Amino acid sequence: MSYSKLNIRVIKALFNSQYANMLEYRVEIALWALSGVLPFIMLSIWKESGAAISYGFDGISLSRYFLSAFLVRQFSVVWVVFSFEEDALLGKLSPYLIQPLHPLWRYFASHIAEQVTRLPFALLITFTFFFFNPDSFWIPSLMVFLLAWLSTIFAFLIAFLLQSIIASLCFWNEKASSLERLLFTTYLFLSGLLAPISSFPPNIQKIVLLTPFPYMISFPANILSGLAENIFIGFIIQITWISILLPVVILLWKAGVRKYTAMGA
Amino acid sequence: MRNRTIIEVEQLSKTYQISDKDPGFKGTLKHFLSRKTFGVEAVKNVSFKIQPGEIVGFLGANGAGKTTILKMLCGLIYPSSGSIYVTGFNPAKRQHKFLKNITLVMGQKQQLIWDLPPMDSLQVNAAIYGLSESEATNRIKELSMMLEIEEELYRPVRKLSLGQRMKTELLASLLHRPSVLFLDEPTLGLDVNAQARVRSFLSEYNKKTGATILLTSHYMADITALCSRVLCIHKGELFYDGGLNSLTNKLTPYRELRIELKDKFNPNEFENYGIIKTNRDRFIEIRVLRKELPKVISKILERFEVIDIEIKDPPIEELIGKLFKERRV
Repeated sequence: MSYSKLNIRVIKALFNSQYANMLEYRVEIALWALSGVLPFIMLSIWKESGAAISYGFDGISLSRYFLSAFLVRQFSVVWVVFSFEEDALLGKLSPYLIQPLHPLWRYFASHIAEQVTRLPFALLITFTFFFFNPDSFWIPSLMVFLLAWLSTIFAFLIAFLLQSIIASLCFWNEKASSLERLLFTTYLFLSGLLAPISSFPPNIQKIVLLTPFPYMISFPANILSGLAENIFIGFIIQITWISILLPVVILLWKAGVRKYTAMGA
Repeated sequence: MRNRTIIEVEQLSKTYQISDKDPGFKGTLKHFLSRKTFGVEAVKNVSFKIQPGEIVGFLGANGAGKTTILKMLCGLIYPSSGSIYVTGFNPAKRQHKFLKNITLVMGQKQQLIWDLPPMDSLQVNAAIYGLSESEATNRIKELSMMLEIEEELYRPVRKLSLGQRMKTELLASLLHRPSVLFLDEPTLGLDVNAQARVRSFLSEYNKKTGATILLTSHYMADITALCSRVLCIHKGELFYDGGLNSLTNKLTPYRELRIELKDKFNPNEFENYGIIKTNRDRFIEIRVLRKELPKVISKILERFEVIDIEIKDPPIEELIGKLFKERRV
């Protein structure tokens, strides 16, 4: 199968249409942004319990970590499996499959457009956070900000590819999204969204760091909040995961479209 | 290209694997624990060839296999066996050059973004198919004029009527000027005026561009207005491939009259005009031989006080099924 190469015009047209579409759902996106406050809930639990000190965190570093985790999460949220499953079940995928552009690019463009739509809401929540926690306020250096941004893009790519693998399974099993719940539960515990990875027992940490999950929240959040060590190795591991997952997606997709029955169409 | 044929289908078959489920809790448990799948042959050894510029109609009842064949022809689904060549390509490979040459329009299924005006989706399509901006603008203008939907292109798709949506879908599907059009029920659900507009547009498009059109329809009117050749399919088997004229009289030797009378009537009075299908209150439906239609209508109008009269074809499923059983063609 061959698809046309992405060029600037296609990217621009896809982004413009998807951004316009996302703006139609801005209230929904604001609510989604608000619903992502789990890191703040975890922050208050950690602060109240006083356990953070025993793991080497003071109040300020803990606040900065969870705020960073919130921001990384905001810009790495992925829902491709749910859209894809609905489109495959209702036959909406069919027109996209006979166009000379890989359908996953459309979903990718939707995610980028959604992130841009989320930006003002995420900033508003960040300012509100600083208003109530003025001690935690900090401005990272330009280099730290750029590295955190790049690692967040990689985190998003890992999440997108992981979900695309599950989405490709929709070609075999119409309800592949149920697998995503399993993935999300693992992600929730191992990504650093509920607790910094450094608070895990050393042996567990070693195992967790072998999975892609810490590189989806913890690593970028640590960079942004100034807690990261071994940034170079972190990036190498992120790129390695992307390099492993991408061919899996391509292979599964190729095998999957042969199974597509164009239901509902 | 293989000789002069633009579409060549040989011994094409498709079997779907499906599993049934009994109703209720017991059925659910059984379905979960020991699901039994079985093959359903949707298309059986179908072969045909189509020349460039032809408009060919697929006739058949629901579930006959028409849409499955169209999906295989455009590369959307893979055949179980047999071979297909469209514009010299194997559709299953979905090669770039092939995809740029074809389009598939499915009635009621849309590619346009629901909350945005069609123009946004058209810009995306123009970019995907590599049309220059001036080329895209000219084609949009030309096609929207032909389809009479210039203003609608700037209104959100969700605000458009079904007919307007269908026309914008057609525009989106034809923007890249494909040489082969696969149309699955393009007039489904449209009112009579919109159906007529879509038909005349397709006819005009075919004349203007020389495109090959293969369409399925439930409406005999679509087929008679557009196609000189028809393929009849029943339960996955192709049993007629030929001209429309020779088929029409065999396919629909009868027409149905639905008459509303001013007063109640004695149904026996209609027995001489045709076969009575139903009669209720002031309404009667009779089946009349096509060749006797004008004579019968004038006699009825002469003898009874008629409020309304409607002439229609018998349901296509009924006719095709009957024809297939009798193999009269």
